[in-house]
Amino acid sequence: MMPIPPTWCVYLGTGLFTIGVIGVLTRRNVIIILMSIELILNAVNINLVAFSRYFGEVDGQIFAIFVITDAAAEAAVGLGLLIALFRNKETVNADEIDLLKW
Amino acid sequence: MVAEVTFFILSALALGSAVMVITRRNPVHSALWLIVTLFSVGGVFLILRAPFLFAVQIILYVGGIMVLIIFVIMLVSVDVSGRQQQFSRQWLVGLTTVLILAAELGYALYRGSKGFLLARSAPAAALENNTQAIGTALYQNYMLPVEIASILLLVAMVGAVLMAKRKME
Repeated sequence: MMPIPPTWCVYLGTGLFTIGVIGVLTRRNVIIILMSIELILNAVNINLVAFSRYFGEVDGQIFAIFVITDAAAEAAVGLGLLIALFRNKETVNADEIDLLKW
Repeated sequence: MVAEVTFFILSALALGSAVMVITRRNPVHSALWLIVTLFSVGGVFLILRAPFLFAVQIILYVGGIMVLIIFVIMLVSVDVSGRQQQFSRQWLVGLTTVLILAAELGYALYRGSKGFLLARSAPAAALENNTQAIGTALYQNYMLPVEIASILLLVAMVGAVLMAKRKME
């Protein structure tokens, strides 16, 4: 059976990555920014698994597992930060978090 | 043929629900659409002969990370974020930048897509017994990265507890 061309997977990864970056840059809600970061990491995983498929090696999938590990760590720390932030400033709005700006 | 059609359906589902994730006002709706995206990406993994990663995607992402995110949405009260403006002040600048980035990526892919053809000749048989191969590789060739990842998870766990703790004394 002929595998699907790697270009398609790369295009899908590019699309997901672009949507994720748009979410990070334009949304105000910090929770949705975190979810957009998950989208970006998923786009990376698609590329890694696609090239693992086409080179016939399992290493790309190992890297995808490490990316998922990082995503879990990032979600845990990010959501912990978010809870601390909400306790102190009563907001989840990225525009109002400007304590370190001049 | 079946694989191609399934890939197209899953791609459309993933991209469409990803757009829904970043446009919904209510974060709970965003989280539910993100679950649809994650399931579709898991399906793409299955088409690409990575059944172990498909299971990891569903158990870890949908079962772990998304439950965590929904828990935090419950903690930080949705109705506050429902009343404020949806997009940030600099959304136009951000959108323009990303569209330029997307155009560059698309152009580079369009011009360079012939370069991917060399990857096509690999035999499919090398990916048989996927889970066994991943386990062997993880505990033999990737021993040190696994240990580093475990330390990273430990640090993340301690950090999350420290951040979410009620008071620092």
